[in-house]
Amino acid sequence: MPTVQQNPLALVAELTHRCPLHCVYCSNPLELQSRSNELSTEVWSRVFKEAAEAGVLQADFTGGEPLARPDIVDLIRSARAAGLYVSLITSGLPLDEAKLETLVHAGLDHFQLSFQGAREETANDISGTKSHQHKLRVLQWLKRYRIGLTLNFVIHRCNIDELEEMLAIVKDSGAGCVEFASVQYYGWAFANREKLLPTRQQLDYCVERLKRAEEEQQGKTRILFVVPDYYAKYPKPCVGGWGRKLMLITPSGDALPCHAAPVIPGLKFENVKDRSLREIWEHSEAFQKFRGEDWMQEPCKSCDRRAQDFGGCRCQAMLLTGNAAATDPVCSLSPQRHKVDAILAQINEQGPAGAEPASPITVPVGKIEWLYRPNPS
Amino acid sequence: MSLDLDSKPRLAAGCRMGENNNQRVLLMPERALRLNGPSLEIVSRCDGKHSVSQIIGELQLLYSKAEPHKVEQDILGYLALLQKERALDFESGAV
Ligand code: SF4
Ligand code: SF4
Repeated sequence: MPTVQQNPLALVAELTHRCPLHCVYCSNPLELQSRSNELSTEVWSRVFKEAAEAGVLQADFTGGEPLARPDIVDLIRSARAAGLYVSLITSGLPLDEAKLETLVHAGLDHFQLSFQGAREETANDISGTKSHQHKLRVLQWLKRYRIGLTLNFVIHRCNIDELEEMLAIVKDSGAGCVEFASVQYYGWAFANREKLLPTRQQLDYCVERLKRAEEEQQGKTRILFVVPDYYAKYPKPCVGGWGRKLMLITPSGDALPCHAAPVIPGLKFENVKDRSLREIWEHSEAFQKFRGEDWMQEPCKSCDRRAQDFGGCRCQAMLLTGNAAATDPVCSLSPQRHKVDAILAQINEQGPAGAEPASPITVPVGKIEWLYRPNPS
Repeated sequence: MSLDLDSKPRLAAGCRMGENNNQRVLLMPERALRLNGPSLEIVSRCDGKHSVSQIIGELQLLYSKAEPHKVEQDILGYLALLQKERALDFESGAV
């Protein structure tokens, strides 16, 4: 019997798969839903209400590019009316000054702007569009509003050396938080893995530099660093534990415990058009599957860390070992860790062999007991 | 980092109070913090009008059974933590 679940706390609303960018590590599924399959404004509004009733506190609007939805302002309004805290995770691309103003007035709580690099050339290259200058303009416009702002730099081997310039962008941005989020290797990124994984040397520099940055920005900007977990000693507590905190709704309405869950064969997803959110949360087979600890195998089953990292990421276990219930192979205790080490060895060819697994998965946060933290840290 | 007792804390941009299942929470970018008892009393006074010393004074009255110095230390610790998490801005006492 899976342990009794708590309420869901976060709803990730993938409003659309459409996006004007074409990032090489895109987290979109390899097979995209077309516009005609997207949920209507009305269905989303009902979902927000049901989410708040089920205990959800926060809605993250994402995609694709959520601004590609023509009804984005109405969606923000209805999520706020339902009582949710609304974040918009965006490339900022389809945005002008007037549109931004309507989003803020509709009640948007938190604006999360993604960057593909710090130099125009790199950023445009990675995203396959001329988008970088526009993002810098959006940052200037945002200064007029008192709204939560997070900058998200997606980092990997090709842009990690621009860290100093990224920090310069952060410095004058007024952002309350910046995330240096390493690409996670699913979907497109998994396919492009050999080109994206940073070297150990790059990573060590990054860890050291961001520690200093944390002091420099103390009280102004929180700095989070999500290390590529291939270099970590223990896995990330993916989505805060399967079916424990988070629900993701795809553009067509399927409810997923994690955005990469479709890589696990045989999982059956319920659709919000057929069932209420609470029903899905409590009974969906996909959510039950890896809830609690009953599904665990050794070494997780008897490991002291199992309540902290929940055995790591199911999707990564699937992708790398072919068994979704296996210990996440990035874990140094996993009998399959050698598969990850082999990839790292390939990438660090010149480096010393058999070096220590790299240290903490992120820069630590205080001692507050968070009710809700979707981003591994 | 020491706090200026005359400064007036207020919730930082992107942070606001919310409620769910009769439970007050502090909503912040990508996080939420459960508020109850003293933490609720403290955060609801972070409105840009109360100074740190006023907050301390009011809570010492409210929790008059507790040792006043201990109340003060707890509040200062909690405010510093919230500041570190970017949940608070401090308006300077001079204004
Ligand atoms: S911005 Fe996001 S959704 Fe769009 S291409 Fe890049 S990773 Fe994919
Ligand atoms: S063995 Fe399992 S529970 Fe233990 S640290 Fe590794 S992944 Fe986590």
